[in-house]
Amino acid sequence: MTFNLKKYLNTSMEAAPLAVFRIFFGLMMLGSIVRFWAYGWIEKLYLEPEFHFSYYGFEWVRPLGNITYLLFLVCALSSIGIALGYKYRSSILLFFLSFTYIELMDKTTYLNHYYFISALSFLMLFLPANSYFSMDAKSNKALRFQRIPKWTIDSIKLMLAVVYIYAGIAKLNSDWLVDAMPLKIWLPSKFDIPIIGELMTKEWVHFGFSWGGALYDLSIPFLLLWSRTRFLGFFLVLFFHIITRILFPIGMFPYIMIVSALIFFDPALHQRILAIMSKWLRADKSVFDNGKALSFAHQPLHKLKYVLVSVFFAFQVLFPWRYLLYPGELFWTEEGYRFSWRVMLMEKSGYAQFKIVDSVSGKWFYVDNSDFLTPFQEKQMSFQPDFILEYAHYLKSHFENDGHKNIAIYVDCQVALNGRLSQPYIDPTVDLTKEKESFKHKTWILPFKDEIKGI
Amino acid sequence: MKGKWYYAFVAILVIWACSSDSSNPTPGTDDDGMGGGTDDEVPVTFDRGAMLTNWADNIIIPSYQAFQTDLAALQTAFETFESDKSEINLQAFRQAWEVAYITWQKVSMFEIGPAESAGYRLNMNTYPADTDLINDHITTGTYDLTLPSNRDSKGFPALDYLLNGLAADDTALLDLWTNGAETDNTMAFITALLADMTALTNTVVGDWEGSYRNTFVSNDGSSATASVDRYVNDFIFYYEKFLRAGKMGIPLGVFSGTPAPNTIEVFYKSELSKTMFLTGMDAVQDFFNGKHFASATTGESLASYLGALNTLKDGADLAEVINDQMNEARDLVNGLGTFRDEIENNTPPTNMLLAYDEVQRVVPLFKVDMVSAMSISIDFVDADGD
Repeated sequence: MTFNLKKYLNTSMEAAPLAVFRIFFGLMMLGSIVRFWAYGWIEKLYLEPEFHFSYYGFEWVRPLGNITYLLFLVCALSSIGIALGYKYRSSILLFFLSFTYIELMDKTTYLNHYYFISALSFLMLFLPANSYFSMDAKSNKALRFQRIPKWTIDSIKLMLAVVYIYAGIAKLNSDWLVDAMPLKIWLPSKFDIPIIGELMTKEWVHFGFSWGGALYDLSIPFLLLWSRTRFLGFFLVLFFHIITRILFPIGMFPYIMIVSALIFFDPALHQRILAIMSKWLRADKSVFDNGKALSFAHQPLHKLKYVLVSVFFAFQVLFPWRYLLYPGELFWTEEGYRFSWRVMLMEKSGYAQFKIVDSVSGKWFYVDNSDFLTPFQEKQMSFQPDFILEYAHYLKSHFENDGHKNIAIYVDCQVALNGRLSQPYIDPTVDLTKEKESFKHKTWILPFKDEIKGI
Repeated sequence: MKGKWYYAFVAILVIWACSSDSSNPTPGTDDDGMGGGTDDEVPVTFDRGAMLTNWADNIIIPSYQAFQTDLAALQTAFETFESDKSEINLQAFRQAWEVAYITWQKVSMFEIGPAESAGYRLNMNTYPADTDLINDHITTGTYDLTLPSNRDSKGFPALDYLLNGLAADDTALLDLWTNGAETDNTMAFITALLADMTALTNTVVGDWEGSYRNTFVSNDGSSATASVDRYVNDFIFYYEKFLRAGKMGIPLGVFSGTPAPNTIEVFYKSELSKTMFLTGMDAVQDFFNGKHFASATTGESLASYLGALNTLKDGADLAEVINDQMNEARDLVNGLGTFRDEIENNTPPTNMLLAYDEVQRVVPLFKVDMVSAMSISIDFVDADGD
């Protein structure tokens, strides 16, 4: 029963699941970008704000004025390339770069879903997703393979499993399980949804959703992996994501997850999907059924590929735990919160009033945040310490340019978390202009006055 | 057979993906099948429709009607004065202006629906008034008060300037308005001011008495465009920008660093500034508690909604916390002298700044605690969530 790595790496399976995944992924991304563009979000989120919140170390990534449209266009065209399997390597690389650049432009818009897309497209750089039912493979016989290494398909399953399991682990805390928070706040406000609206006001439903959600996240990868429960698993995937789509404004994500879950099925299903597609497209699928199996063993640099994919997954498994290196309550400080599949765990909001003080004369005034930030930015800024600090530094340079001198900046910030009364968030006596962004713990975050037990 | 299943799923998906993103808010069903609940079941059964009805029928419309009456009385007082320019009639005219201005503070916060589309608040009460522009209007006799550029030359602040800022005392003002070179132009201008205010008010009140009331009350869902969500945003916006900042913060200079007493409301009869603030504060608190207009009766309100939600973990009663904070703020403001004295005679105006801090403390309670308990988004952001 020993696991033979070499043998596993050389095991091949039908390429159809990855081809189907590639096609749906490309189409979903195209849809997401068209939707984003059509809603006017490019202007609203990236062009209209005069200030953007950057990720630490990525301050150089900024919206590019009107060239931002070009960036989205590149992103959309490359997703078409992915779906068609046309110049796949370049398409997926361009997609990964343009999409990730877009996400790095302003962390106000951070969503785990977007990070998921970036991570997935990075992984897909290393996968032979164009071996089958692609334009590349059609025009170039050398790229055409009916079978590909099994691990390439398993890696997508692993990525999905990481997302679900970490999302599930993150729910194992007392707010979620014992108090049904924040669903107890969110669900009753959905009372006006047809049919199920009335249920949303009942407490047992809040607990049902909380516990059910945690169980779902923790078990779904296994249900999908095991062939005897796969059908049930997929049904649950449909149910869960459609319910969340109805209840919460989560855009394209549910569809992406539903379509991604198809990767767990036997290739027979994918063959059928491709058969339908080839009928629609009047493309001859049989040319791809050449019986050839792709093996990386003969490719140059294949070991580098193994190393990079292994490092990628090691990162995925370890990075969510970095919060353990920080003192204090994670939900409160949010140090190590992002990039960890912590989805919909908090009803958190805040209010931040910045005071600009001339430290020599003692003269002071308050800032009207709407002069500098969009409502969305102000909302996100007011309960996240790294936003607060970055904004304070921006205010400093802004008012220095206006001729103010000896500027010290203090913030009066109140934050409410998961149904607790708001409490002071940032030490009001700390001059934020003296503090620097870093990965170290921010000592000027006031301690959380309650305790959330769990992971 | 099994394969057909998958096709069905894919078909559902495609249909779903292509369907519109906007969930149409439909009115909630009336049958509340809450019966048979077990003891540990705590259903949240707050009826937003009842709250909207209370707001519209017992607070908003009666307040508007009272204001409309006072504005009509102001119009009458002016007409009386114009036909007989006695000192008594001048004082009655000024008194009627004061009464209407105070009642205005009880309706200023209802900037939704007809008031919002008419730009009611800015058209009635933009201050400080632009006195040069007002003098210019009177001299030339040509002006279009409906222009946005004329907002700071009309409404209550323009009347404040004319009644209280033109002459040292009533004798001098009477003389100016009887024998002055611009007497006719001034009377014509005041007539135009009142006509403008009356027209705006009649439009707004008429809409509420007409179809808007039902529009407002029946939009009882929970989407970002539902009446409760929208009005709570407007309500908090009023408190933050117009009551807190406009009446206190800006004159105190908390946003500029320099006190600006010339920006207080009712600058030319500045003993009223504090009354205006306190009337506005009372109106906000009464609205929060669902108190019927000119009555001690209360109905469904933001306070009772918070009570019904009772989502707070540490058992604190948020409505009580908010009421306590508003009382604290009112007490401190009550203890102040006139706003103008406080600002002009104290450097820095410490007492008024302390009172302002208490007024300010209500903002996060509304903007963070209350809306978060109600799951209402502030300044609804049209973007995806996680």
